[in-house]
Amino acid sequence: MERNPLQRQVAYMRRSLFDQGYLDEQFVQLEDLQDDANPNFVEEIVTLFYTDSARLIHNIEQALESRPLDFIRLDDYMHQFKGSSSSIGAKKVKNECTQFREHCSARSAEGCVRTFQQVKQEHTILRRKLETYFQLARQAGLAN
Amino acid sequence: MNLGSGQGSMSTASSSGAWKAGDVVPDQFPAGLRVLVVDDDPTCLMILEKMLRTCLYEVTKCNRAETALSLLRGNKSGFDIVISDVHMPDMDGFKLLEHIGLEMDLPVIMMSADDGKHVVMKGVTHGACDYLIKPVRIEALKNIWQHVVRKRKNEWKDLEQSGSVEDGDRQQKPSEDVDYSSSANEGNWKNSKRRKDEEDDAEERDDTSTLKKPRVVWSVELHQQFVAAVNQLGIDKAVPKKILELMNVPGLTRENVASHLQKYRLYLRRLSGVSQHQNGLNNSFMGPQEATFGSISSLNGLDLQTLAVAGQLPAQSLATLQAAGLGRSTGKSGLPMPLVDQRNLFSFEAPKFRYGEGQQQQQQLSNSSKQMNLLHGIPTTMEPKQLATLRHSAQSFGSINMQVNAHGNDSSSLLMQMAQPHSRAQILNETTGNHVSRIASSMGQPVLSNGIAGGLLTRNVIVENGRGAGFNPVSQGPSVVEFPMNHTAEFASSEIKGSRGFVPSYDIFNELHQPKSQDWELQNVGLTFNASQHANSIPGNLGVSQSVLVHQVFSSGQKSGQNMNTPVVSKAMFSVGAGSEHGNTHNISQHLNTLVDSSSREDLMSALLKQQQEGIGPVEGEFDFDGLILLIPAGIGDEDSTSCLLHETGSLDFHLASSSCCEKLFLLSQFEVKKTAPDD
Repeated sequence: MERNPLQRQVAYMRRSLFDQGYLDEQFVQLEDLQDDANPNFVEEIVTLFYTDSARLIHNIEQALESRPLDFIRLDDYMHQFKGSSSSIGAKKVKNECTQFREHCSARSAEGCVRTFQQVKQEHTILRRKLETYFQLARQAGLAN
Repeated sequence: MNLGSGQGSMSTASSSGAWKAGDVVPDQFPAGLRVLVVDDDPTCLMILEKMLRTCLYEVTKCNRAETALSLLRGNKSGFDIVISDVHMPDMDGFKLLEHIGLEMDLPVIMMSADDGKHVVMKGVTHGACDYLIKPVRIEALKNIWQHVVRKRKNEWKDLEQSGSVEDGDRQQKPSEDVDYSSSANEGNWKNSKRRKDEEDDAEERDDTSTLKKPRVVWSVELHQQFVAAVNQLGIDKAVPKKILELMNVPGLTRENVASHLQKYRLYLRRLSGVSQHQNGLNNSFMGPQEATFGSISSLNGLDLQTLAVAGQLPAQSLATLQAAGLGRSTGKSGLPMPLVDQRNLFSFEAPKFRYGEGQQQQQQLSNSSKQMNLLHGIPTTMEPKQLATLRHSAQSFGSINMQVNAHGNDSSSLLMQMAQPHSRAQILNETTGNHVSRIASSMGQPVLSNGIAGGLLTRNVIVENGRGAGFNPVSQGPSVVEFPMNHTAEFASSEIKGSRGFVPSYDIFNELHQPKSQDWELQNVGLTFNASQHANSIPGNLGVSQSVLVHQVFSSGQKSGQNMNTPVVSKAMFSVGAGSEHGNTHNISQHLNTLVDSSSREDLMSALLKQQQEGIGPVEGEFDFDGLILLIPAGIGDEDSTSCLLHETGSLDFHLASSSCCEKLFLLSQFEVKKTAPDD
């Protein structure tokens, strides 16, 4: 229900995140879990994800620096990262992870390095968008 | 109660501990279902927790498999279902799955972002009751209660189907049925069972008095008949109907035979495979040959063995084990077991068993050499005469003391777990109750202390032939206690967890007839069988057949005030035979191994006996175990490979690989434990 412009804005932004493929249905699952007992549940989860994924990203970066590349380990890290990303509904990030894993199985170092950059990129873009979104939602909530 | 859908039953009942043992309120079910969720990913873990809470379940989360295991071990009846991720840093999810299946026999749901067919298949083969693909949706979680119900139902059904030859008058307590009015369930909930366990008095139990359900006890003789019949028909052609006809045992049903056959087949398959012992001691899976051993110290009256054995051994595996144990050389069923190798069976002076809360009795096996009563109730391929022979030879062994040092775990229960999650047998779960189970020697006094918590160890259907051979686990609450003496006796690896060290010494030999006071409560005595992970990937449920791991948990510093003979375990652990893997164990096990390693059985025996004499002190300190599982490798010989692994956590995993060992162990399950002066 949109009762004020801020809320409309929030709704609109949310909508576009889905439409543009940044988020998928899993995000809705998280939203559904949010309730009075946990009014900021989604934001908390996203924050947790970003904190934890930073660690995974670091691991992958390090692994990408070793030569020769340990594709199995890389794949393993990415598997974890992918699982984590998918659990918050980070659709684009997840897709990039899949790509990365394909390059791992193909044992393509170049492919891995390249796609990893994309993974990080999507990861960062989403974070910014979500931060904006949550901020807006908070404002809209306050304004209510 | 709205059982139609998981969600329907979300009542307003608070999920926080609403569903406790004894508290089951049908209307609220499945609210309050106690879920343990394990995942190393904190994001997923938090999401799952929230989802489960929304489903009104009671959630405990942990991010490490080891933590989960210790949580589960510490509170055996504290959870109804486990959800675990497949990829975890400290332990593979499937290993955890096996552990849980063996030790606690809880339904386990696996999760992974990986939806590859082979991974999902792995889940199936390892006994997961479901496999969820991440990201997990709440809808998928809402219905997980069905796995708990289903498991319960199957357990009861197994029991019921087998019928009890001996205790016809056993009846289910009404309370059992009351709790859960689900149409899908006969009303037996773990809770209700547990409750019963707790309610029941520990005292000596007569097998007829405490069992709630009729059981089929596969006694030694019965199993022998079975194996003989199977051999006659040829394992490939052996069908339940024909086996039944050949056996010609009144009161035995085709279903009984069918389930027993299934287990037997698994057992055989396991034996024929080479199990790789995974050296992660964590798992205490013993690699070398299948571990089928029915060792188990007989807690007096404890059909621990049976429990343990029964608990999870698939019938086939049991059978195989038996065969293995008995017919060492052939490792296959039908081998008359050269129990003469009784030497292999040695009696251990196990430290007293101590069962946690409740009564603790220490039973000691009399040292005097007695026949191995173990033989009784163990379905072996031995012919009755052989049994006699065995008995004689058993005499040389002395008594086996099973020491169970229970920790101070509250969950005191005798847990014998066989690798069967589904188990047909019941697993003795630890219960706080103090039940003393008497291991009924084939004499037929199966008494299973209720100490066995909730889970019944033996999950086998035990057919009790007229002789009453075999144990009927009489654990009180859990009628589950069945000693599949026949079956699982082999597996009898009891893992005794629990609180204080307690060593029941029992005299496996010749104690058949001696009813022991066995009121002791087994605390966390459990036989854990770890299906060895080997190529054969025995399904988690059935898994035990091949490798049975005996976990011995010794309480650290357990003092043996009472005859603590060096825990049998310590002695018992040994790698015997060729190919035993000594390597995988701790130095202790190595130590044990060396003990055992002597090529001759005699040496082994004497080594064991010597150790026993040496006292427990060193052993305990050395091992720092919480419990003791007594394993008696049946035969130390070429084929036998009984390896004892010391579990990193201090439990000994006894993997009895050789079939002969298994048989022996199987037999061992039948010894009685004598009560000893309580330590504390």
